[in-house]
Amino acid sequence: MSAHASHAPNRSGLWDYLTTVDHKKIAILYLIAGGIFFLAGGLEALLIRLQLMYPEIELVGAKTFNELITMHGTTMIFLAVMPVIFALMNAIVPLQIGARDVAFPFVNALGFWLFFFGGVLLNTSWFLGGAPDAGWTSYTTLALNQYSGIGVDFYVLGLQIAGLGTLIGGINFLVTIINMRAPGMTFMRMPMFTWSSFITSGLILFAFPAITVGLVLLMFDRLFGGNFFNPDAGGNVVIWEHLFWIFGHPEVYILILPAFGIISEVVSTFSRKRLFGYSSMVFATALIGFLGFMVWAHHMFTTGLGAIANTLFGLATMLIAVPTGIKIFNWLLTMWGGQIRFPTANLFAVGFIPTFTIGGMTGVMLAVPPADYQYHDSYFVVAHFHYVIVGGLVFGLFAGLYYWWPKMFGKMLNETIGKWNFWTFFIGFHLTFFPQHFLGLMGMPRRVFTYLKDQNLDMGNFISTIGAFGMTIGTILFLINVVVAAKSSKRAPADPWDGRSLEWAIPSPPPEYNFVQTPLVRGLDALWVEKMAGNKGMTPAEPIGDIHMPSPSFLPFLMSLGLFVAGYGFIYHNYVVVVIGLLFTLGCMFTRSVKDDPGYHIHEDELEEKGVKA
Amino acid sequence: MANHHAHAVLPDEPEKATLEGKNKVLGFWLFLGGETVLFGSLFATFIALRDQANGGPTSQALFDMNLVAVATLLLLTSSMTSVMATLALHKKDLKKIQLWLTITVLLGLGFLALEIYEFVHYVNEGLKMSTSAFASAFYTLVGFHGAHVAFGISWIILLQVSATKKGLTVVTAPKFYLACLYWHFIDVVWVFIFTVVYLMGMIGGKVG
Repeated sequence: MSAHASHAPNRSGLWDYLTTVDHKKIAILYLIAGGIFFLAGGLEALLIRLQLMYPEIELVGAKTFNELITMHGTTMIFLAVMPVIFALMNAIVPLQIGARDVAFPFVNALGFWLFFFGGVLLNTSWFLGGAPDAGWTSYTTLALNQYSGIGVDFYVLGLQIAGLGTLIGGINFLVTIINMRAPGMTFMRMPMFTWSSFITSGLILFAFPAITVGLVLLMFDRLFGGNFFNPDAGGNVVIWEHLFWIFGHPEVYILILPAFGIISEVVSTFSRKRLFGYSSMVFATALIGFLGFMVWAHHMFTTGLGAIANTLFGLATMLIAVPTGIKIFNWLLTMWGGQIRFPTANLFAVGFIPTFTIGGMTGVMLAVPPADYQYHDSYFVVAHFHYVIVGGLVFGLFAGLYYWWPKMFGKMLNETIGKWNFWTFFIGFHLTFFPQHFLGLMGMPRRVFTYLKDQNLDMGNFISTIGAFGMTIGTILFLINVVVAAKSSKRAPADPWDGRSLEWAIPSPPPEYNFVQTPLVRGLDALWVEKMAGNKGMTPAEPIGDIHMPSPSFLPFLMSLGLFVAGYGFIYHNYVVVVIGLLFTLGCMFTRSVKDDPGYHIHEDELEEKGVKA
Repeated sequence: MANHHAHAVLPDEPEKATLEGKNKVLGFWLFLGGETVLFGSLFATFIALRDQANGGPTSQALFDMNLVAVATLLLLTSSMTSVMATLALHKKDLKKIQLWLTITVLLGLGFLALEIYEFVHYVNEGLKMSTSAFASAFYTLVGFHGAHVAFGISWIILLQVSATKKGLTVVTAPKFYLACLYWHFIDVVWVFIFTVVYLMGMIGGKVG
């Protein structure tokens, strides 16, 4: 085929990253962008805690406080933890299944840029007339024009654009995992992180369209005089609650399942044992994914759905504790009798287990509808979901970052700083959120910007704010660690942890084509199987040959930019700008559709390392 | 098949002959799964709000079943012609593909014209987006479907034009296949709209 270029396009620096379709570079983009949004969300959290440090202080005031809690929740869920999860999925999943690439490299890049521009759009609201202030759930009628300012328009459009990116990212991973596995990599030989990424992608596929519809309806109500949520014209506010939580509840499993996957990998590697109960782990992951869709109304017990609905949703919610318990015991039994090491990655993984268990137990408490009438909208709920999302997910992400950092960047993170990072973050976390259980039980409501003194709330709030500083120090230590690692001249070996799965079979960081020769997988923990058989590396499944790669493209960036511009047009009711932005995006789609990408080949003699003869 | 000179090298099921093609077909099916949730949410919203006319025109007062029947006939026929295009694709006959897709596009355009006429007519009857919750739900659900039809028509025309230059290859075949799949999906959604919006809108009395 003469249409195929014979060498890689020569791009470097920023231009390389703006046009890349390489999943490993997209992973780094996701990590940087998610990291920045994590810092923004963390700063918002710190301001919230400072405002609540003492009773009756006026540090930020009520209006800013509402904006802060809205933006903190929205940023952390959509713009911080999801992208970091996507960063790890992008960096690791194709390697773990022995693939050269993802199924749709172009779509992968598009997914990132949509998320990025959606997040930027949402955050510019701080400077353009005020951030959204209706809570991260944006309940109607509070989120309609008569009660909320322009910030909610930013919320609606920013999340819509970012959500599209997440949806196509999810489809990409589903197809990658189904179609691109190396020979021998059956479903029941896939590493747990790949399995959890697979289930998570499935949840994304079926959960995100619900929020897409919810956001469209809210947008029509706010911008085009719709009446979906206006009771005066026959609208119904509970529709928003349903749509939001049909998305929102699976979303917490979209978040936590990858963390479960990371913990499974880390615990198994650092116990030097195969994961205990692998097939029950797979089954539990799928069951949690399924049940995640069946329980959304437990966020709405006090809405007035009735006793029968509340009972069924309460029972379904408690059922999730069963597969989750299976997972907890499997991790404990993986460690049991293992040769356990405790580098920072495993500290976070082991710290995760009791912390997440506490979050799970308060979850079962909240699943009892009559009790929920007492906990509802109190700080107890705040404590519960932070134990799950920070104590579960963020611990999991830290474990994953320390574990896979050498694979992603070719540098080891410093262990001494890492241990300080773990202990300050871990202690800070429990100081922050453990007292909040009691604050809630003593009657402190959530989302309220101050409280009166001498109501037994002073001490708990003070300790909680001190804890927030601990988490801040932990986060700063992580950033220092990143800088130290980047400056260090020592390169990470291919397999620094004596790993078990395929990503450790190739150099750190991997070459752009990942595997010189597609590996042949001969069992669960594919690399460990070869190590035990006395082999130096993976057995190849194909002879060495030219490798076909997709061309980089600037179009994903431009397509997202068009929607970004159109978003401002909608917010400011300037339909000329809307049309320009949308036409720009459609023009890019047209170009993409008409111009086929022949890609290029990396020739056999250009491969950096020489493979073995098949 | 000696007379199909250029297509003789084309494998059977050309849309799934390459890994890229297989990925596209699977990815598109998954995308349609997401679209099902999207329309499901819109249907649920419409069903919850369909009797909330807020003093404005109700579905019983507005709907003209003759018009809807003609629109349905056009769209369902176009579904059949898109299937004919898929069959032609499996016979690797580009001329037939182009013929059937042209008919599909014309039928789709007819449907779209009727829908635009219908919407304009309803607005003149006093049913605006802001009239009632029923109006908002109706225009959003049916309008979303209409937008899908419009997108599908543009997509198919674009494919047809670019295929005159590129011919039928393992690169263009998946595109044709997916466009037909998409078109078929839109028709399935219309069957539900016809039932839930129009038929139920005619027989369902106002609740309460």
